[in-house]
Amino acid sequence: MSKFRKKQGKSTPAISTASLPDIIFMLLFFFMVVTVMRESELKVQVVVPEATELTKLEQKSLVNYIYMGKPTERFQPVYGTSPRLQLGDKISDVNDIPLFLEKFKGGVMEALHGRITSSIRVDGKVTMGIVQDVKTELRKQGQLRVNYSARKRSKDL
Amino acid sequence: MAKNSSRSRMSNEINASSMADIAFLLLIFFLVTTTIDVDKGILVKLPPWSNEPPEEMKLNTRNVFSVLVNANNDLLVRKEPAELSNLRERAKEFITNPQKLDNLAEKPTKAIISLKNDRGTNYETYLEVYNELKAAYNELWDEEAQRLGHDSYSDDLPYDTRKAIKGKIPMVLSEAEPTSFGDE
Repeated sequence: MSKFRKKQGKSTPAISTASLPDIIFMLLFFFMVVTVMRESELKVQVVVPEATELTKLEQKSLVNYIYMGKPTERFQPVYGTSPRLQLGDKISDVNDIPLFLEKFKGGVMEALHGRITSSIRVDGKVTMGIVQDVKTELRKQGQLRVNYSARKRSKDL
Repeated sequence: MAKNSSRSRMSNEINASSMADIAFLLLIFFLVTTTIDVDKGILVKLPPWSNEPPEEMKLNTRNVFSVLVNANNDLLVRKEPAELSNLRERAKEFITNPQKLDNLAEKPTKAIISLKNDRGTNYETYLEVYNELKAAYNELWDEEAQRLGHDSYSDDLPYDTRKAIKGKIPMVLSEAEPTSFGDE
């Protein structure tokens, strides 16, 4: 009994926090590795539809994004409520696609030009008209690798 | 000299107690900016553009599986109203034609799926239909791969095997110019 009491009196009550930085650094590195910085601010509302036959997009540096949807509330006074197209960080027109693709190609090695993929992120409620116009323009520009962005659907139809 | 002696008395370690705070700060920054979700989607290869109208092809109607989606998001498969829920099964049956019926494809290599939509079709419906048709082919490729003694059809299979499977059941999904009856 006396032995026990003596020990308790001597020991310091604080827990050692010496390994805390190591733990935090571990977490930090994890998040640094998985982080994907959002490259552009969305000015259109996009909720992509669900699908089952999905392919993962590899090599983010070879993917350019085309967003389509209703402008967000903040931009509705300027751009209206009908579905619009967003290239990079600004709301654009179908005619701006060639320049957008050309600019993107400029940042990619020549040998990899054939592997550039356009990821089309379209809101589920958008009608096909604007999507079709974009598809036609992409075909005219020879940008044939296209990815219809979608979420994984867990339940069956 | 006095300075020296005082230095030797001090411990040589840098105070690392603020290290945790710095690490926390960075951690919180990365926590906030992280978006873990990866971009996934249905990968499609568009046909090249040509200014001439495509050649009129005489196709046997039995080899064409036409799918129409109108502006009300209704489905018309082979000129009859249809449901999305059994589209995949029907497409599979059409391609393989297990009972050798005369109104389905002669053989998988001759089967053509033709998809046509309206400019007023919802993108969601369009993608669901596309997804079902693609799923039909994926399932057939899987079955073919299993017949050849593999687990399933995937990019991990040897190139020759994949080519053989795709040669046997080629995916021919032709998309016609959409109609423009509906409101956009």
